Amino acid sequence: MAERHFVPKAECEYTKADFQSDQMVKWCPGCGDHAILAALLNTFPKTGHKKENILMVSGIGCSSRIPYYVDTYGFHSIHGRACAIATGAKLANPALSVWVNMGDGDSMAIGGNHLIHAVRRNQDLNITIFNNEIYGLTKGQYSPTTKFGQVTKTSPFGTIDYPFNPGELVMGAQGTFFARALDCVPGLTTDIMTRAAQHDGTSVVEVLQNCMIFNDKTHAAITDRAVRDDRTIVLEHGKPMIFGKEKNKGLRFNGRCLEAVTIGENGITLDDIMIHDETTEDAGIHMMLARMSGDLPVALGVIRNVKKVSYTQLYEDQMDECMANGKYKCVDDLLNSGDTWEV
Amino acid sequence: MADNIIRKEDIVVRFAGDSGDGMQLSGTLFSDASALTGNDIATFPDYPAEIRAPHNTIAGVSGYQVHVGNHIYSSGDKCDILVAMNPASFKSNLKWAKKGAVVIVDIDTFTDEAMSKAGYTSDPFTDELEREYAIVKAPVTSFTERIGKEQGADKKVYEKCRNMFALGIIFYMTHKTLDQTFAYLERKFAKKPDVVKLNKAVLTEGYEYADKVELIHSHIIEAAHAEMPKGRYRNITGNVATAWGLLAAAERSGRRLFLGSYPITPATDVMVELAKHKALGARVFQAEDEIAGVCSAIGASYAGALACTSTSGPGLSLKSEALGLAVMVELPLVVVDVQRGGPSTGLPTKTEQSDLNQALYGRNGEAPLVVVAASSSANCFYWAYNAAKIALEHMTPVILLTDGYLGNGSQLFRIPKVADLPSITPRLAKPNDPNYRPFRRDPETFAREWALPGMEGLSHRVGGLEKCPDGPLSTDPENHALMTYNRQEKVNRVANDIPDQEVTGNPDADLLVVGWGGTAGALTLAVEELNNEGKKVAYTHFNYICPLPKNTGDILRKYKKIVVCELNNGQFAGYLRTQFPECPMKQYNKVMGLPFEVGELKDCFTKILGE
Repeated sequence: MAERHFVPKAECEYTKADFQSDQMVKWCPGCGDHAILAALLNTFPKTGHKKENILMVSGIGCSSRIPYYVDTYGFHSIHGRACAIATGAKLANPALSVWVNMGDGDSMAIGGNHLIHAVRRNQDLNITIFNNEIYGLTKGQYSPTTKFGQVTKTSPFGTIDYPFNPGELVMGAQGTFFARALDCVPGLTTDIMTRAAQHDGTSVVEVLQNCMIFNDKTHAAITDRAVRDDRTIVLEHGKPMIFGKEKNKGLRFNGRCLEAVTIGENGITLDDIMIHDETTEDAGIHMMLARMSGDLPVALGVIRNVKKVSYTQLYEDQMDECMANGKYKCVDDLLNSGDTWEV
Repeated sequence: MADNIIRKEDIVVRFAGDSGDGMQLSGTLFSDASALTGNDIATFPDYPAEIRAPHNTIAGVSGYQVHVGNHIYSSGDKCDILVAMNPASFKSNLKWAKKGAVVIVDIDTFTDEAMSKAGYTSDPFTDELEREYAIVKAPVTSFTERIGKEQGADKKVYEKCRNMFALGIIFYMTHKTLDQTFAYLERKFAKKPDVVKLNKAVLTEGYEYADKVELIHSHIIEAAHAEMPKGRYRNITGNVATAWGLLAAAERSGRRLFLGSYPITPATDVMVELAKHKALGARVFQAEDEIAGVCSAIGASYAGALACTSTSGPGLSLKSEALGLAVMVELPLVVVDVQRGGPSTGLPTKTEQSDLNQALYGRNGEAPLVVVAASSSANCFYWAYNAAKIALEHMTPVILLTDGYLGNGSQLFRIPKVADLPSITPRLAKPNDPNYRPFRRDPETFAREWALPGMEGLSHRVGGLEKCPDGPLSTDPENHALMTYNRQEKVNRVANDIPDQEVTGNPDADLLVVGWGGTAGALTLAVEELNNEGKKVAYTHFNYICPLPKNTGDILRKYKKIVVCELNNGQFAGYLRTQFPECPMKQYNKVMGLPFEVGELKDCFTKILGE
């Protein structure tokens, strides 16, 4: 099947400023959303897509205000439904570059059904999940990603809900692209978003984002400068899975599971360290990477990026074929088809 | 063929059998053949929600009523001929037969076991019953079996042909030939000549059997040919007509057609039909749920499509929040609600008009939208087209109410030329228009402009939060009041573009009968018959529900007595009373999952006339 691209390329080069809207940004000072917005504004010029063909769709929540702060077409919709609205827009006009922005509650609680089906279909959508593990706009209730046992306004005795890991959810739904970024590392976020835009199919980027007001430092155990290098690993396709301040730690598959090892200790050499392959169709290793926590570093970067013909292409190919070979060329043909008679 | 043929204006035939007995097909073939030979027709499938309920039980009985002749407005009250393929269908359908009707039963199926399953404890064919009806005990199963064996057919194959035997009898009884059905079989089973041969043989056997039965000879009825306006005709169901109306509107407006839907009885066929027509540009999306159905349509509308979603009552409930969004962002959207018995899952395969309140009011906030209703299976085409026209020209969601009776029923449809349909002019913005503002309105209609992603220089944001006319968010109290007024006024002003409400029957009568939506057939006939009997009855039938035609009040105020008839507990009557409290209205309501019968309506009107 010939690969097709539907979004037209811009004739000029844009800068970040071309995408900045005139609206006042009303997120709390210090909110991680500011950094995600900046990363997105840096991403759009890199995609090379025509500005008027970019559509931002969001649901409800703090993060979902983002379309107002970007000077493209935008749709700030209703809680949980951003994926469904984006799906319809892309189907109606495949020439649009469609970006879906949702929070953790928006995408995985009220909108969980739409998220998994969007991912399953693999339509060409770029989904960003702002994951701050809390309901911020309603002032601090636990979300589907809140850590087990956490005290929030609606879990005064600690949550007894096991949280979702968005990566597992995406891969369980046969996702073809999953990446994880940190709000406090905007360069990495921009790189990841640019890769997501290049992916033909549904891409899901989880950004671990801090809510200063209602869940401050929820990701601090991995994002604090003092521990970040040891508690996270930035995966790069084709490169060994190395991490740590001294770049001397790595990941090894011991036949059963992943383990963190130190190069130079217990006879471990660089050759023992796994090479990241984001393109393996079997999501087994990707799932393990996405789940890493505790003793293992949290995986950042593009964890999974596999080729699978997108729903967009399948749909357009089918439309083209039907239109070329269809029996009816206009509605009059249809109205007069089959048994008809003259009175 | 017999000589003493009874000629009648119309005949009602009802086919009833077990779910797997092919009654829907027999009914369709009979109605198609009748239409092709010059009768007007209307059909009414009456089938259970279960696909195959236990064999030979009352729960598994499937029926299909066909009304043929001249001036056919509805599928008819009671039948002149009943076909009952087993004891259960005989037991449950006899109440639909007129006294004196011919009842054809497959006598081979009246075994002790089947009769007991149907709840009979003794022989159902009592002397009294035989006096009341002309009962033909036809050996349908055994004759079909004999032919099947003669042709070396599989038992599974020939068992499915029993309906052809019954159909053969009906063709003989209604003084028709088998040609049309032969042609259908040859077309349908072009690659299976054995099947064609077998079906033709069984059909012919039924026809010849009828010729030999004396009782049938004295009951041959021929229905009058229809006097219809000149033109090209076809048979069409309401759901297909709805789908085709949307296709025509898309072609005429130059917009892509998008349908985002989720399967739900009895609306599914709208999606099934459109899914066939990718060649005509129909973009159909089977969503993961009802909410995604309407939301995908709203997204498609923002992107520039003629966007639609089809559903039934429970699905409309799920779409409520998204409809509020469509009202807020002021995008064109057509919502087809094929109503069924409610609330909740209710009676999925039965008809009702009880979603009216939901359509009018079922959203949070002040959320006005346009509501229209189709009133016949065939005019579903025009109302779908019209709903699309209003949505695109007035930038508003429109709910089109049809119902299970219209959607599944069929009727003759005079085929229009798409070019002759009213023009549709979507309110597209002009790229790079420096004066474009998202909520700048047409001073006449109050409709905003439609700026599509991909258009240069018009990027803007819409959403569920209140906006000011220039586009940005606003929580200003005065602005909210203004925008609320504007949204309502835009819907109100649709009334400027719709024709005056008409009164038929005898306009000088004291009594005005009011109906809306899918009940037009029975109401028209009831009013016509009463006027023919010398009584005076006026009648007005509403298709535009919100807004109402401008002269509605003038009409209502003219009559001493008004009766509002609907298949719910009085929702339209309540709606009219809020707008015209000066007009006292009586109600005639039915919530049985069934359409009105002409007889009950006449009784009701006669009673009111006498009061």
